[in-house]
Amino acid sequence: MSLLAIIFVAILADNIVFNQFLGICPYLGVSKRLETSLGMGIAVIFVMALSAIVTWVVYNFLLIPFDLGYLRTIAFILIIAGLVQLVETILKKTNPTLFRALGIYLPLITTNCAILGVAILNVQAEHNIIETIVYAIAVAIGFTIALIIMAGIRERLELADLSSHLRGAAVSLVTAGILSLAFMGFKGIMTL
Amino acid sequence: MNIVLPLVVLGGLGLVFGGLLSFAAQRFAVEEDERVEIVADLLPGANCGACGYPGCIGAAEKIVSGEIPVDACTVGGKVVSDRICEILGLEPVAADAKKIPTVFCLGTKDVTVDKFEYQGVPDCNAALMYSGGFKACEYGCLGLGTCVEACPFEALQMGENGLPVVDEERCTGCGICANACPRGIIRMMDVDYSGCMVLCNSKDRGGTTRRACKVGCTGCKACIKACPNEAVVVEDYLAYIDPAKCDGCGECVEACRRDIIKTAVKVAV
Repeated sequence: MSLLAIIFVAILADNIVFNQFLGICPYLGVSKRLETSLGMGIAVIFVMALSAIVTWVVYNFLLIPFDLGYLRTIAFILIIAGLVQLVETILKKTNPTLFRALGIYLPLITTNCAILGVAILNVQAEHNIIETIVYAIAVAIGFTIALIIMAGIRERLELADLSSHLRGAAVSLVTAGILSLAFMGFKGIMTL
Repeated sequence: MNIVLPLVVLGGLGLVFGGLLSFAAQRFAVEEDERVEIVADLLPGANCGACGYPGCIGAAEKIVSGEIPVDACTVGGKVVSDRICEILGLEPVAADAKKIPTVFCLGTKDVTVDKFEYQGVPDCNAALMYSGGFKACEYGCLGLGTCVEACPFEALQMGENGLPVVDEERCTGCGICANACPRGIIRMMDVDYSGCMVLCNSKDRGGTTRRACKVGCTGCKACIKACPNEAVVVEDYLAYIDPAKCDGCGECVEACRRDIIKTAVKVAV
């Protein structure tokens, strides 16, 4: 399959938030302000690409040869948690600026289902290493776009004259539903 | 099914990552000044940002490294700065007295004139964008509560009459409300100031002020004549009392024809 198709499907047609409903909790939790959602998005791109590569290598060169494919979920959790911790420690020393920019978001996404989801989707679809990297980055970009759209709308909603029943979480969930419905329109164009 | 192999593989993975982590923790150890954490604990912890740094941790780092003075936290005041000095082994500094916000406008809903009815976003900045605000007075309080929203300590409330009320118990004197007010009506006054204040912000000519508001300062200068200490000046048709010169005798309060000069004690009520 062409890489362009993977990118299109990962970002729009099968957007991880709108159409696969993974990573919903940072999507609603970190989308209050544009600035923080951008920080979160960049951290997710970084971690998703890194974890997808390492999990792919471990799966194909360790788990498959020993016929241990069924262990992948627990193994991936271990790898992702360890990897994020490792990156955090190294970044703190070598690049404090980047460390501060990613800040709280790094540990936050350690246990994110979107990260684990992409690792598992990658091995399920039997991607090769290039496809794995492209898919992971594209999914993360799709996630970032979802977050930014949501943050932009919520910043404006803050000022809107709403009835008190709708304010806050209620109107955010309604917005999320409508957004998801809109993105469903991409679904028919192409599937993997 | 062989149980040993999965155990070995998973255990091995765990061991590898554990080893890597402990190696990284030593190899890339960052020396952190433990005083930062202690100082951060001393600070109020409201993360209000009044000092200009990202949260209390950010301020604590700068205080320990000496980049900003120990009394940079306006909220904590002298109590906190003294204890920080103790930790850092510095001489205690004389911090400024606590300040509280005072609203320099008496233009309640019933005494001011509106240019038009405003039904937009309930925020002073937004209202100002629409032909300079809906009030005929271009200097007075709009009463939409941007200061109330800005206060991180919930010390401000919008009164029934359309002017914000300060809860002195809750107020920490951080000054965020004073910065938030787009018309600069809120000024920070020393909490123990007992002199007089002209509670008006209008720099319009007397006639214009009179048409817009029943309690605006017209610059009639009656207070200047009344003041025995020469503490009052009138600039741009607005009287101003110098807190350093005023001794709170109250002569100007009596003299004011618009009844807008108050002593600090009266305002607190």
